[in-house]
Amino acid sequence: MTRPAIEAEGLVKHFGDTVAVDGVSFVVPEGTVLGLLGPNGAGKTTTVRMMTTLTRPTSGTARVAGHDILHDPAAVRRSMGLTGQAATVDELLTGRENLRLIGRLYGLDPSYLTRASGELLERFSLSDAGDRIAKTYSGGMRRRLDLAVSLIATPPVLFLDEPTTGLDPRSRVELWEVLRELVKDGTTLLLTTQYLEEADQLADNIVVIDRGTVIAEGTPLQLKDQSGAAALVVTVSHPRDLEAAEALIRPHVREVHVDAGSRQLTAPAEGLGHMTRVAGIFDESGIVLDDIGLKRPSLDDVFLHLTGHRAEDGAQDGTQDDETATEQAGRITR
Amino acid sequence: MSTIERPEIRDTGLLTQSWAIARRNFRHIRRMPEMLLDVTIQPVMFVLLFAYVFGSSIDVATPAGYRAFLLAGIMAQTVAFASFIVAVGLTSDLEKGIVDRMRSLPINPAAVLVGRSISSIVHASIGLVVMSLTGLLIGWRIHTNIFEAAFGYVLLLGWGFAMIWIGILVGSAMRSVEAVNGVMFATIFPITFLANTFAPTDRMPPFLRTVAEWNPISSLTQAVRELWGNDQPLAEGAAFPMHHPIPFTIGWIILITAVVAPLAIRTFRSRTAD
Repeated sequence: MTRPAIEAEGLVKHFGDTVAVDGVSFVVPEGTVLGLLGPNGAGKTTTVRMMTTLTRPTSGTARVAGHDILHDPAAVRRSMGLTGQAATVDELLTGRENLRLIGRLYGLDPSYLTRASGELLERFSLSDAGDRIAKTYSGGMRRRLDLAVSLIATPPVLFLDEPTTGLDPRSRVELWEVLRELVKDGTTLLLTTQYLEEADQLADNIVVIDRGTVIAEGTPLQLKDQSGAAALVVTVSHPRDLEAAEALIRPHVREVHVDAGSRQLTAPAEGLGHMTRVAGIFDESGIVLDDIGLKRPSLDDVFLHLTGHRAEDGAQDGTQDDETATEQAGRITR
Repeated sequence: MSTIERPEIRDTGLLTQSWAIARRNFRHIRRMPEMLLDVTIQPVMFVLLFAYVFGSSIDVATPAGYRAFLLAGIMAQTVAFASFIVAVGLTSDLEKGIVDRMRSLPINPAAVLVGRSISSIVHASIGLVVMSLTGLLIGWRIHTNIFEAAFGYVLLLGWGFAMIWIGILVGSAMRSVEAVNGVMFATIFPITFLANTFAPTDRMPPFLRTVAEWNPISSLTQAVRELWGNDQPLAEGAAFPMHHPIPFTIGWIILITAVVAPLAIRTFRSRTAD
């Protein structure tokens, strides 16, 4: 473990009577990725906005690359890049002009800026589109440009607020690749996401927040372990066999849950031997199975376990953040 | 692992940063020239409409007739619309998150507003040039000396400066470009008509005449007309500001700026800080 790149200390934000963030603390070691995971309206965006000096915390503070957000916001801004929830590229400028504008505002050396813009366009597969106005870009291209713009001054710390919201699966995987490259080069990443898979894929550590507070923290593995043992899942080929299958399995498991829609029986797993035994019983019974296997809990299950509600039904306690993501909320499924 | 190259970040100061943002706004105009319609086609149409359609039935005692009288009025209206330009641009940048992007950079936070103001003044100045040329074509002339002529333009631009603050106030308060258009059209537009801009005030009903002659736009228009020698003799019973339009115009510019600027900055701050 190296020195922390980001430290949040009891961040609190009230909007009028609404408490959007209620005492969030965590530490992100240099060169690692923290996934800030939570449903819509959990306070992720507000937390990021406070840490990036866009919103003043009601109380608490944070340090980015060792600089306090309250006492030295200018130094914080020099040390970090931010890619917001909506791709904030200037639609009427070309990709290259977007990079140059932000680079110029950073006061970068002009010849460096020319070189760096070219390199970033190349790296984000935007070379061919670099001199077209951003209005003509696809969603994935805009996201990549937005990220490239955040990197023009090579900040050691990068904040990404739902970087893949609204992207198609292929663009998401591509963006993940780019982010992994960045981390390999030593950049510290904080990304918010409501995609459990995304946190699982990218993050070294995950902080789960719900209704403005941290409800769990740990590596993806630790979090999965928290929600208990794996499950034994049996899928029968014909719905008519479900009842017989349930009767057959019941004496051998502690409890069983039947889902007619997916033709699945789910029971707590008790090791490999147990699974083999159950498989043998079905073999003798003549009930045709599509599949039998062990399923490790996904982060989705973890979330359900921790919050008592699924990740997708969050948005009701409307803090003002995450508005734009609401329509995407339905996509979080396994 | 920190072999990665980190370029030097320099604080280039408010002016350089504002200019970079203003240049971006100019580029927008280059990409979307129709953004200039409000200071080109629209006022030219107004000049032509009023000069030829309504002008024949409006009597003025200006040496070169109604067309000479009209020009200062339309110019005053056009610089009043500078507020429109600022508000629309600012709201659009706020809505799209561009302002937040800028605020996350190590720059002077005022650069966003100053840059927007610079480009709006340039935008409005294009309108003044276009209208001056149109005016020259239809017989408008400046009959005074170069200093008074220039002073007229300075007052118009000073007015545009005061209007920028109104634009920042409205732009920060509104949530969409459509709302800005609605609010500005419903307020600035009638205000620029309820004045001496297009017709002399002395034949208006007494109450309306008083309102029109105290309207700051009337002071500006009257001041510019006097400075350019396009004014007609003051009618009997003209309100006090009409007798001293230049000090009144300067006073209005200072007053509007002093009152609206702090409000505008506060509204912008509270819009962006939370």
